[in-house]
Amino acid sequence: MTEVAEYVEVHRHPEPTSFISKWIFSIDHKVIGIQYILLAIVAVFIGMGLSLLVRLRLVWPEKSFAILGDLFPIGAPDGVMTPEFYLAMLTMHGTVMVFMVLTTAPQGGFGNYFLPIQIGAADMAFPRLNMLSFWTTFLSFCALMVAFLVEGGAPISGWTAYPPLSALNAAAMEGTGQDWWIISIALFCIASLLGALNFIVTTLELRAKGLTMMRLPLTVWTWFVTAILGLLAFGVLLAAGILLLLDRNLGTSFFIPGGLVVNDQLVNHSGGSPILWQHLFWFFGHPEVYIAILPGMGVTSHVLATFARKTVFGYKAMVYAILAIGGLGFVVWGHHMFMSGMSPYSAFVFSVLTMCIGVPSAIKTFNWIGTLWGGKIRFTTPMLYAIGFVSLFVTGGLSGIFLGQPTVDLWFHDTYFVVAHFHLIMGVAAIFGMFSGLTFWFPKMFGRFMSEGLGRIHFWLTFIGVYAIFGPMHYLGMIPHPRRYAETTGVDFLAAGGANEIQYFITIAAMITITAQFLFLFNFLWSLFKGKVCTEDNPWEATTLEWAIPSPPPHDNFAGKIPTVYRGAYDFSLPNAKRDFAMQCNSDEMVFPRSSGD
Amino acid sequence: MAFILALVIWLICIALTIPFVLKTWWMPDPITDHARAVDAQMALTFVVTGVIFVIAHLALGYAVMKFGRKRSGPADYNTGNERWEVLWTAAATVLFIGLTFMGYTVWAEARFADAQSQPSAGERVVVEVTAQQFVWNMRYAGADGKFGSLNVNLIDDSLGNPLGLDRGQPDGKDDVIVPRMTVPINKEIEVILRTKDVLHNFFIPELRLKLDTVPGIEGRLRFKPDKVGTYEIACSELCGLGHYKMRSFMDVVEQADYDSWLQEQYSFLQ
Repeated sequence: MTEVAEYVEVHRHPEPTSFISKWIFSIDHKVIGIQYILLAIVAVFIGMGLSLLVRLRLVWPEKSFAILGDLFPIGAPDGVMTPEFYLAMLTMHGTVMVFMVLTTAPQGGFGNYFLPIQIGAADMAFPRLNMLSFWTTFLSFCALMVAFLVEGGAPISGWTAYPPLSALNAAAMEGTGQDWWIISIALFCIASLLGALNFIVTTLELRAKGLTMMRLPLTVWTWFVTAILGLLAFGVLLAAGILLLLDRNLGTSFFIPGGLVVNDQLVNHSGGSPILWQHLFWFFGHPEVYIAILPGMGVTSHVLATFARKTVFGYKAMVYAILAIGGLGFVVWGHHMFMSGMSPYSAFVFSVLTMCIGVPSAIKTFNWIGTLWGGKIRFTTPMLYAIGFVSLFVTGGLSGIFLGQPTVDLWFHDTYFVVAHFHLIMGVAAIFGMFSGLTFWFPKMFGRFMSEGLGRIHFWLTFIGVYAIFGPMHYLGMIPHPRRYAETTGVDFLAAGGANEIQYFITIAAMITITAQFLFLFNFLWSLFKGKVCTEDNPWEATTLEWAIPSPPPHDNFAGKIPTVYRGAYDFSLPNAKRDFAMQCNSDEMVFPRSSGD
Repeated sequence: MAFILALVIWLICIALTIPFVLKTWWMPDPITDHARAVDAQMALTFVVTGVIFVIAHLALGYAVMKFGRKRSGPADYNTGNERWEVLWTAAATVLFIGLTFMGYTVWAEARFADAQSQPSAGERVVVEVTAQQFVWNMRYAGADGKFGSLNVNLIDDSLGNPLGLDRGQPDGKDDVIVPRMTVPINKEIEVILRTKDVLHNFFIPELRLKLDTVPGIEGRLRFKPDKVGTYEIACSELCGLGHYKMRSFMDVVEQADYDSWLQEQYSFLQ
């Protein structure tokens, strides 16, 4: 720990000795972080498998896949996928990806592992609560998997679960799949609320001496703001989920109006409104988009600065942009409902507020390119993913300018253009943030490097692959191809507009890109045991506190000696300095810039 | 590495842009003034976002290429540039919010038709569209211009009464219920949107109009088609397993053809 100039002694906790207390019911934030990441890796491969089924059904609706007939005798009799099966796979793909991948790994995984270390804390503020968050998340994941196994199978109402389709079995299908879906989501909300509280308190209370808010790494800023979003959003979804469960099972009518007739049968409900669900769902759902993407933005800023050997361009503007995106994220949920019969007055307000989010997003893009500008770029794999993130963020963000205007949304609402938009920005860009974070922090977490060679091949295949998948979906939106159609044969204008050829191209691209992900999985598993050993504390010559401790870090991170922080998070290439980085715990007066920190 | 990465970024940018510029896959021709106004706003949005998209990718590729090459000495020390930051922020604000202000009335006009006014024969054709899993029911008020009252207890698909129309009541006697919509050209059409069961969405691409049919709520749309033809109606809100094939058609015909079509429908009722 030669980098640390001065430290504060703190109370140390004994290291757990048994396997169970160390690796299963661990209260160590680092182990919990790894548990979240492993859960996300399992979930992402399930979610990807589901998307493959969706793609196959779209292109070959009549084709028989023998293995499916054996696995799903009802959903795919004789191996031919039914339209219900398609919708079930699509619903579960969205749910698994949004909740179990995009909300777990970036925040619960990397945030858990690195937030305490980056702020100089021995652990989270509430370690037991942290353990409870993870295991509740795990239960939620199990409940979601149960939905596949119950009679009637997984729900078909989409990840947004709009009632009455999600509320009335008669309109969808008999069975408890939708109930298990709701139970899973409710558990997930509880887990996320606990986690959010922990992150907020930890950030506010446990920062090392000298680590002011304006010296925080941008990763910490994004985890902190994400936690605030989670705290305010998940409670609302939890309430909505409980109401839907009551509507389904106890005869209440929160979301079901009177006089509905399904299959010639009068529905015995009255007095509710399906619009209420949409408001509650999207009041959560829009902040959720930022819960998924903000940590990726933080990692991108962090990695770009480190490997461009430059301080973050406009650090303060970046912080304000994160806060603005988080704040505005709560007042734009109505743009998901432009076509629900909303008054054009309300829609106009939601539209203007939505466009406002484009402004901090533009600032961030400008500053990322500004960070690269004048740099001395090192093309490590984490850097490649971070540069890929910027491109994907721009592409996925700009389609939001179309969808945020009701007039243009008239055309694009519920088409593949929307699918392209949210996959690029909240799906793929966020995943590139995770790729970048995992390859960047892997040597710190496991004391070994991931293979650069495999990492590069994976980057090229995936970067080009995701553009080949989601780029053409914009063109499908022009035809216009409505989303959630089990096949392209039901409506004449699809085939006439050229939808079949594009869908075919996308499915082939998806198959190649999905295959490439096994390269990443292999790289991850192989490097855990056989990767090049990392003996240094700071192999990337980075500046933040996690690089001032051994790789992997000892049980309570700083061995009871919390370093004092003297400077901002990104002091790279300071004029007159001996070397091109100065760690936050480095007190060397010679390398102080005039305006560092404040 | 620097050059290849920059090249790939630029090539992706070009490959994504070209089909939009060439309009390889594009919207069908509009058939109303409203649809043409939507297209104008769409074109404007394409220009604004397209320019930003290309500039951002050019700059990203250039930065990667120029500063990814080997260079002597350390990287520049530069904590930011407030003037450029403010300028860029202001430009983004004006562009994005300006777009909203330029386009918002287009949609509002289609929605803000005075919903309460009674349809008077000759002036406006009113069609009530009721969605159900997975068909569309179109109802015309008949010669009296008044819709008959509906009673959910009378609904019976097998008896050919999908809406529960009370034929015994005078207003309901001449109501026409058909699975396909026929409207005259150059006349204002008002569509009243209802649903019997779950959410659906009434969408005709050539009209550039889309509205959910929400259980318990009536939606209204107005348009004035100016081109004879047959246009497909596609459901655009997930409504269940038959969602992908829930469709119907709208025939826009000359006034004389519309009148004789209507007479034919009345004759079936006799």
